[in-house]
Amino acid sequence: MTASREHILNKLRKQSIPETELPDLQQPELTQQWITYPDPSQQFSDLLASIKGLCLQVKNVEEVNQRLAELPVYQKSNNICSLIPDCGQPTVNVNDITDPHDFKDIDFAILPGEFCVAENGATWITNDGGPLRTLYFLSQHVALLVPASEVVPHMHAAYEKLRFENRSFGTFMAGPSKTADIEQSLVIGAHGARSLTVFLVEEPF
Amino acid sequence: MPSHPKLADEFIKDKERAKWHDQSLWFVRSKRDKAVHQLPEWELLREQASKIKSYVVSHLPDLLEEFEKNAKAKGVHVHWARDAKEHNEIVHSILEKHQVKRVVKSKSMLTEECHLNPYLERHGIEIVDTDLGEWIVQLQDKPPSHIVMPAIHIKKEEIGELFHEKLGTEKGASDPQYLTESARQRLRQKFIEADAGITGVNFAIAETGGFVVCTNEGNADLGTSLNKLHIACMGIEKLIPRASDLSVFLRLLARSATGQPITTYSSHFHGPAPDSELHIVLLDNGRSEIADSDEFRRSLNCIRCGACMNTCPVYRRSGGYSYSNTVPGPIGSILGAAHDTKANSSLPFACSLCASCTDVCPVKIDLHHQLLTWRKEIRLKGLLPLSKRLSMKMMSWMMQAPRLYQFVGKMARKIVPYLPRFLVYNPFNAWGKQRELPDMPKQSFREWMKQNHDRK
Repeated sequence: MTASREHILNKLRKQSIPETELPDLQQPELTQQWITYPDPSQQFSDLLASIKGLCLQVKNVEEVNQRLAELPVYQKSNNICSLIPDCGQPTVNVNDITDPHDFKDIDFAILPGEFCVAENGATWITNDGGPLRTLYFLSQHVALLVPASEVVPHMHAAYEKLRFENRSFGTFMAGPSKTADIEQSLVIGAHGARSLTVFLVEEPF
Repeated sequence: MPSHPKLADEFIKDKERAKWHDQSLWFVRSKRDKAVHQLPEWELLREQASKIKSYVVSHLPDLLEEFEKNAKAKGVHVHWARDAKEHNEIVHSILEKHQVKRVVKSKSMLTEECHLNPYLERHGIEIVDTDLGEWIVQLQDKPPSHIVMPAIHIKKEEIGELFHEKLGTEKGASDPQYLTESARQRLRQKFIEADAGITGVNFAIAETGGFVVCTNEGNADLGTSLNKLHIACMGIEKLIPRASDLSVFLRLLARSATGQPITTYSSHFHGPAPDSELHIVLLDNGRSEIADSDEFRRSLNCIRCGACMNTCPVYRRSGGYSYSNTVPGPIGSILGAAHDTKANSSLPFACSLCASCTDVCPVKIDLHHQLLTWRKEIRLKGLLPLSKRLSMKMMSWMMQAPRLYQFVGKMARKIVPYLPRFLVYNPFNAWGKQRELPDMPKQSFREWMKQNHDRK
């Protein structure tokens, strides 16, 4: 196997390919042209709606609880878990679970999100890749709580916030799981969450 | 291997289906246009993407070593494979070491290129494609016909029939919602039972040693978070230098592919999860040869969005299988010809040189120029079929004799309008298949010139 490594690298090194420059993505000529929005939170909210998610702008966790209680999918959920203190009415304590297979019956998961991107409706979520990561994908329905101040206009601003120095897992989640693999008909709820609600919360939680 | 025209003939026999296929893909192309127009800086983004990718190809060995070093530092096992055979052997040996019997795989054109599924099945390992479209074609025992929408060529009634037979869904049911739900239930079991997950790689980052996998269904995430072994398979050209380059590529990818602002899940893997193993297999399989070619190097810029096939008038009307190459359409014709020129010598001719592919390509590959260049190469290599060689010879002979050319033109204008249809529209006139010849003009351009200009 090391032989193949040397073989490939040697082959590539022997080539004389004209060198080209790597563009500086921070140069003002570029950054000044990236799209901006007068109200990024509203833009995020509209965009998320267009990709079949739901954004609710709220004051605090108390208001999250009120709005959750109004959600039909939440009302119908039996197995609920929450990683946000005092948020939702969890029926399952997931913190002690070490095998992600035990999450297979979770109906509704209330989870933290780091920040949102206005241009595409995505929310960045991250963790160490341990069992709790599975909750974002295996739960039937997902709600994310994100500080209202954490909405960036576009992906360039998003990557300014991201560091990958340590072992980690992270994903941009943009709306519920979906597919259009059968005759281009959009179906929500392919493998992952059947619904995604993002709460932009003003007060710290 | 049967030529493109021959296989396309099969597809267009069913006129209704060919039309439906054309319209389905045009619908996706239109969605792409709508999404692109939301971003005033689109052209600027394309330019940056193209520059970044060109940089990658000109610095590939350094970037590969940088990636390997940083990935290893995060606890990732890095493997190198020269060709498909070695790739499959590496994947199999990892699975064997972990005594894996059941694997779930998210969409990866690279593993299609290597024919990994049949290889693993021969070794007694169950491998399930979890992307819905890919699973549908797997149940049919067929390859994907499109790189982003593998089952775009199949009608919902046929999927209903297939699911009825394989999954026991209701007979005659063809509602996409119902069929997708049945697939969800069945594949959830597969995710839960699996001992390992295989994914492709959309982008690997030299600077951080991590990589990104994009899906709409969440299947890559479910497939890798429920078990303790993740194998990611990537072509060496999938590298990008810096994490910040992702800002450019993730803005371009989904908009170009399906018209979405971003895929539902764009997952960044940096190191294995606790108590788990993460392996990455770097595959060459002819890519280094393409890198060495001045004419075709830029085809390595490809981020596999499928925009070129969605817009291609030939792909839309001939179907993905007519290319008999893992990647069909304009980019597939270039890569296919590079991989095995003889077997794929008809592919660069499956092109009207309309340049629409070049216009939509998010990384600015000069697709139609490369296809034209391939035609020249194929002629030089003596791989042109006799019909093309003969007709070219005759044309060249006639064009070099002005009087003969004038005479033939005159005769054609006089005679053709009076010929019975079977003499004009017969197997020797490939142009007249499925379309009418234009009416013969009353006079030639030369005659018109004489009348209107020479007098002045």
